[in-house]
Amino acid sequence: MTNRARWVGSSLTALTALACVIIVAMVAIVIGNVVYHGADRLSWTFLSKAPEAGMTRGGIFPAIFGTAALVILMTIAVIPFGVATAVYMHEYAPRRSRMVHLVRLAIQNLAGVPAIVYGLFGLGFFIEFIGRGIDESLYGGRLVYGQPAIIWAALTMALLTLPTVVVATEEALRAIPQSYREVAYSLGATRWQMIRRVVLPQAVGGILTGGILAVSRGSGEVAPVMFTGAAYFLPDLPSRLHNQFMELGYHVYVMTTQSPDVEATKPILYTTVLVLLMLTFMLNFTAIMIRARIRRRLRYGR
Amino acid sequence: MDGNTQPEAAGTGQAAQFAGVHTEDLRVSFAAQEILKGITLDARCGEILSIIGPAGAGKTTYLRCLNRMLELDPDFRISGKVLLDGQSIYGRDVQVAALRRRVGMVFSVPIALPMTISQNLSFGLDLDRNERSRRNERIEMALRAAYLWDEVKDRLAEPARNLSGGQQQRLCLARALTLKPSVLLLDEPCSGLDPISTRRIEEALQELKKELAVILVTNNVKQAARASDRTAFFLFGELLEVDVTEKLFTTPRQQKTADYISGRFG
Repeated sequence: MTNRARWVGSSLTALTALACVIIVAMVAIVIGNVVYHGADRLSWTFLSKAPEAGMTRGGIFPAIFGTAALVILMTIAVIPFGVATAVYMHEYAPRRSRMVHLVRLAIQNLAGVPAIVYGLFGLGFFIEFIGRGIDESLYGGRLVYGQPAIIWAALTMALLTLPTVVVATEEALRAIPQSYREVAYSLGATRWQMIRRVVLPQAVGGILTGGILAVSRGSGEVAPVMFTGAAYFLPDLPSRLHNQFMELGYHVYVMTTQSPDVEATKPILYTTVLVLLMLTFMLNFTAIMIRARIRRRLRYGR
Repeated sequence: MDGNTQPEAAGTGQAAQFAGVHTEDLRVSFAAQEILKGITLDARCGEILSIIGPAGAGKTTYLRCLNRMLELDPDFRISGKVLLDGQSIYGRDVQVAALRRRVGMVFSVPIALPMTISQNLSFGLDLDRNERSRRNERIEMALRAAYLWDEVKDRLAEPARNLSGGQQQRLCLARALTLKPSVLLLDEPCSGLDPISTRRIEEALQELKKELAVILVTNNVKQAARASDRTAFFLFGELLEVDVTEKLFTTPRQQKTADYISGRFG
């Protein structure tokens, strides 16, 4: 009995440790492989030039720019919307509200929808319905917003990352002691004043954590932007919300599957993936730095 | 003087006659359970009324009716009359936020908001545009009234969490006073404090009662005897007895009161 227990115990330790080692090894192999094959082509030219000669030469600057612009627009859209949803559910809605229950269920399901479905939804809803509607009513039917564009891609991506922001914000709101709210009320705060002056400043860390997760998710997804705004190749950077744009993830996909000369693009492909990884880490890092700064500033209030 | 004086002008329209809080047949229930079973009681400007009674007697519930904090939980049902300076506080045209500025509250644990000392103190003032300009004088006034001025006057920019528990509770008292309330509700304000901090708060209350009505809920019978002018004894949601503190403690009319204050139950 004791022998058996000891045997089970030590083998479980070994198995769980092995699982950890495998995960670390996987990450190391993926990153190592990309760095090994991609690092030597990484240069300032590569980062700052547009692709040339059917993407066999030149750089990927438009894709870097497009990805960054996409993520920023997405963040601008998803944070207010997600925070408002969470604040309503946690601070305004009556307890045990059926409506909140339904919204929460919907958000959980939203998190489980495959990314490609978001892409199709974005095409159908944002471009065909809203975009067309804008064109009909404001541009006399001229094609402006009724086609793939960075704004639609960003909104589709915002929808994809919405559950992350809502859940993170709700978590943060739940962590705020009820007694703080009572003190605010007892000093004559209205509900909005209480939220504005006590709840939101306290929740800022959690909200930004949600934002960071959204950024990491959004900068790596390809499927939602495929039909909604990402282009195969563009000579110009996007300068208007209704322009199309190049995106790193999509660029990788295009170079892998649709290159005229696969062998010639392979080295570029590796370097592009490396840049994509670096950009994701950098966006993450920036968001974490912003959060740290705001937290420091808010530690005692303003 | 009778234990429970009747306000002359309550509800008759000539409001300003009675300064303080008056409740009449105040009932509260939660689900099927009756928590307050018709409390008729008043607290006048110029006195400290303490409420004693065992746990579950409804002391805190009563207090939270007076600044309409109880209704934050919609499961409570409240009926009866609550008059503040002769006016009903549950009237249709009463603005709850404005009402709560007139009825200050100190909770049983010191709840310093996660801000600096001065931000804690100006929290209530900042909510009202008209009062922002008076911020500094009000803060000083409130801190002096709470006997905290000398200890914190040079530390106003520090986080409030740096203060000791006793200081934090006096900060909470001062924070409520910045709004110049006409009633002050204290829900076991000294339950977690050492004797010296307790003494300082009691001293502050003796000064404060000159300008407002103080209702002090306490689990400490000795504190009621020491610090209050009148004492009310609550038991299972009922007001068993209210009288001038000295009389209630020397010659209680009810046997249960006598048992409770002598520590035989509760």
